Amino acid sequence: MINTVPPAAIFIIGALLVPLIKGKWKSAFLLLIPVIGFINLIHIPQGTHWVTHFLGYDLVFGKVDRLSLLFGYIFHLITFISLIYALHVKDDLQHVAGLIYAGSALGVVFAGELFSFFVFWEMLTVSSVLLIWGRRRRASLLAGYRYLLVHAAGGLCLLAGIVLHVNQTGSIEFGYIGLSGLGSYLIFFGFGLNCAWPLLHPWLTDAYPEATVTGVIFLSAFTTKTAVYALARAFPGTEALIWIGAIMTGFPIFFAVIENDLRRVLAYSLINQVGFMVCGIGIGTALAINGAIAHAFNDILFKALLFMSMGAIIYRTGKINGTALGGLYRTMPLTCIFCMVGAASISAFPLFSGFVSKSMVMDAAAQGHMRIIWFILLFASAGVFHHAGIKIPYFAFFSHDSGMRPKEAPFNMLLAMGITAFLCIFIGCYPRPLYSLLPYPVDYVPYTAPHVLGQTQLLFFSALAFSLLLLSGIYPGEQRCVNLDFDWIYRMGSRLFYYIMAKSLNGINALSEKIFVDGLAGYLGRISRDGPARVALLAMVPAWIIGGATGEKLAQKKATVRAVLQTGTSPVGISAALATIFLVVVFLLM
Amino acid sequence: MKEKAKGEKQYLFDKPRNVNRLLGCFFSSLVILLGIEFFVHKHPHFPWEEWPEFYALYGFVACVVLVLAAKYILRPLVKRREDYYD
Repeated sequence: MINTVPPAAIFIIGALLVPLIKGKWKSAFLLLIPVIGFINLIHIPQGTHWVTHFLGYDLVFGKVDRLSLLFGYIFHLITFISLIYALHVKDDLQHVAGLIYAGSALGVVFAGELFSFFVFWEMLTVSSVLLIWGRRRRASLLAGYRYLLVHAAGGLCLLAGIVLHVNQTGSIEFGYIGLSGLGSYLIFFGFGLNCAWPLLHPWLTDAYPEATVTGVIFLSAFTTKTAVYALARAFPGTEALIWIGAIMTGFPIFFAVIENDLRRVLAYSLINQVGFMVCGIGIGTALAINGAIAHAFNDILFKALLFMSMGAIIYRTGKINGTALGGLYRTMPLTCIFCMVGAASISAFPLFSGFVSKSMVMDAAAQGHMRIIWFILLFASAGVFHHAGIKIPYFAFFSHDSGMRPKEAPFNMLLAMGITAFLCIFIGCYPRPLYSLLPYPVDYVPYTAPHVLGQTQLLFFSALAFSLLLLSGIYPGEQRCVNLDFDWIYRMGSRLFYYIMAKSLNGINALSEKIFVDGLAGYLGRISRDGPARVALLAMVPAWIIGGATGEKLAQKKATVRAVLQTGTSPVGISAALATIFLVVVFLLM
Repeated sequence: MKEKAKGEKQYLFDKPRNVNRLLGCFFSSLVILLGIEFFVHKHPHFPWEEWPEFYALYGFVACVVLVLAAKYILRPLVKRREDYYD
């Protein structure tokens, strides 16, 4: 029996050791971390482990059941794949951030109480922002700050919810919460922000396309999927999630159709796919939860595959806009094939992985007689094929010839894409192993004749619509532009805030300067400079006039006294006399 | 078509014949898909799933609506110059 440790610990300690290892051993060391982690993981028995007493509470670093284990497996797998993909990267910061990020996600998934859950949840944000900043561009820097601020707000909301919840229930255990009371709503909202719910989603489409080529593979896997896990753990069967999920599947596809940056198109389709999971969790039957979790597993793989193929294009050409790309199948055929496997998987083509999981959620909606939801999900299924399934490969690899003839992606990238593509097809053809890992027993058969036919018809006629619209010139051409999204509210809102603050606070500043610096200080200065002379003159002038001084002589005397008193150079005798008079006055007043 | 540099390799879809072949395969598979429907026994959840060619029609209409709505409604609303936020 191996002595196991919390899965997060291996990743986080491993990450901190990365900068110490030099040369060719670094690659081996990087890949060893998820491998050792996986061996550790499969030796952890189900149950509760690593309980630590802290401030009167029991911290649980290992709540291991079928739900957390499945997320544990896929997080290890995708870390391994992402690291292969990133082996050529010489920037230690990205490796360290990626591993700590993966470790934090594992920490969240295996946390048995809300305290360590929250700490790991916040570590997710802090480590992942480095994968955005790692690109070292101004746009990435700014997007990273926005990402950080939005998540900080969501984190505070979650913290407030946790405090209220713990206060109310007296327990910090993390299990089913359900919507009851303010605390639970705040927690729900905090999860929703990381899950990229509609209106809370722009952090994702804003920041992910600005991340590093390799960092975005990590990003696409962890933040939203840990939020899906958290929802599945704490809010299964919450009806609001059905509608939230359905809207999530629907609205991003409209944005994806007109978006030019192909990684941003993928970011929108990421929201669309997470929508299926959220919807499944909301339906809450065994089939629906199984479908949601299986789809999370598959989505991590095929979304990573699509992001990897787009990353390879950026790596080779430096471009990612649909307007700048086209015709790359000529010199990047393998990347093109892998991209198409990812596209077929996300579109849920029969024999590809999306088919065996997305249909579980659809069937669960149908079994619950949710007509409108079912129609929205079917619409989203056709739509996702349209933008992620066809648009991505078509505009990148086919379409007009951009004239670029880049080299094929480097070997490590091809290997990572190849492994992922194999898994997408393997799970699609042979879903039993995945089904056997799901939280509930599965008695679902994806490959029935009407199901295969219906789905194939849906997809082929979507493709027909795409072809006809493209040939007729109606299909919206790619354009160099930004499309506003809800981030407009805080991007422009923050400017308004800045403007108001600048106007009001700077106004107060200017006014104060005018009154105190220019006005009052000068006035006091003049008084203290001229005062003694004026007082002296007031007393002396009548005396001089009586003494017969007039005209020029009087003016001269005045000038002399003024100069003497303003510069403080009165003869010693006068100073002494004044001092004596002053002392006498003080003595009399006392 | 852009002029090709002399001696540059001809790639798969540089030949119009290959493109036409691909389109031919695609259109014939559409016809086959429509035809198979009548030989498959359905067990639907909803009554409309029994309608002939429901999925094909829905897929086609959904995508046309999607594209038209995105192009003529959403794009005019949200499109801005590339340096809008700068």
